[in-house]
Amino acid sequence: MNIDIKGINLVPRRQTYAHIARRFGEDRPASRYEEATYDVQATANFHYRPLYQPEFEIFDPRRTKIAMSDWYKFRDPRQYYYATYNMARAAQYQVADRNFAAVEDRGMIDAIAPAWRAKIAAYLIPLRHYEWGANMNAQLVADWGFGTQITSAAAFSGADRLGLAQFISRIGLLFDGGTGEALTQGREQWLGAPQWQGLRQAVEDSFVLTDWFETFVAQNLALDGVIHPLVFERFDRAGMAEGTAGLSMLTAFARDWFADHSRWVDATIKTAADESPDNAKLLSAWAGSWIKRAEAAALPLAKHVLGDAGYGDVEAAVGELRRRGRALGLSL
Amino acid sequence: MTRSVSITLQNTDDARAIVAAILADNPGAAATQFPSMTKIDCQQRLVVKRDSVAQRLGRDWDPQELQLSLITLSGNIDEDDDQFVLAWH
Repeated sequence: MNIDIKGINLVPRRQTYAHIARRFGEDRPASRYEEATYDVQATANFHYRPLYQPEFEIFDPRRTKIAMSDWYKFRDPRQYYYATYNMARAAQYQVADRNFAAVEDRGMIDAIAPAWRAKIAAYLIPLRHYEWGANMNAQLVADWGFGTQITSAAAFSGADRLGLAQFISRIGLLFDGGTGEALTQGREQWLGAPQWQGLRQAVEDSFVLTDWFETFVAQNLALDGVIHPLVFERFDRAGMAEGTAGLSMLTAFARDWFADHSRWVDATIKTAADESPDNAKLLSAWAGSWIKRAEAAALPLAKHVLGDAGYGDVEAAVGELRRRGRALGLSL
Repeated sequence: MTRSVSITLQNTDDARAIVAAILADNPGAAATQFPSMTKIDCQQRLVVKRDSVAQRLGRDWDPQELQLSLITLSGNIDEDDDQFVLAWH
């Protein structure tokens, strides 16, 4: 008996959502990233205004002086939406987890010279408070920002900062054998040690900025752009002579994260700067003043860890950051 | 007479970027849609470039990931870390 099975070609009536097709100008398949970000945020028919800020709508482009003809030009080069973000971070977490296991297994923390161990406790553990502050700023951008492309990516970056803080805490617990003493001391350092007060004040001042794009520039370009390369690259490298190969394995996640994060930060700033000379001027002013603050905050920290040689490291890091900013269209 | 090479990929999210990269990097390439797959034909030679796909995906991409979306192909293969080439020798 012959069974004749006919194939039917089912063509979808629509390739993507109507609002995405309108944006493309044609009905063609959209990627998950595009569908997760384009025009998701409401722009009209809001209910009540925020009670604490009745001059603005819930989503309001006027909350920043940056002006964009289209707030959906901020394509994230990493194209993170929920799935790809989690897959990327899960892969990074697995690598970091294995590194922690390897370091614990070989007792590599004990191999660090005792004087340098104290230094690490002083320069690394208090940074978990800095990362908590960065989370606060990231969530502010997610809250007050306009356009799902930026706010979604900002929320992810906030989660990243908590992850970084957790890893730093984990390093601290490795140092104190799980008692939590290192974390308590780290908090005391953050609150009282002279080398941290500049940075702490800068972070706390960033909390009260009213323009969320300035918060974005202050945190992601200026503060991170000085502190992360200083702590995780330069201090880390300086410790190699003191037997910190194990620590370098534990902080590898921070270096990988910073490279990944910077791709998004650079693309966002460049897009805003390219939009208009007014934007570029505004961004340059913010970047200029916050990089100066980051530099001032970093100097006592670098001196504490590396002595006078630390000043040269800060200068180099700041110079590198200004070069990076100029490549994005800022005058620095 | 030059023979044509072809590659057929599933219509997955990642393969969309591969198809876009192939069409951009190979001037003679033409794509034909079939149920749940895309067939790309090209005269003589077709190259899938690692950088081209990675830039469209927004992440690092290993040419071996092509195998996850590949249905079939036609041509002699030459592959290294940066590209996957289909051509008739």
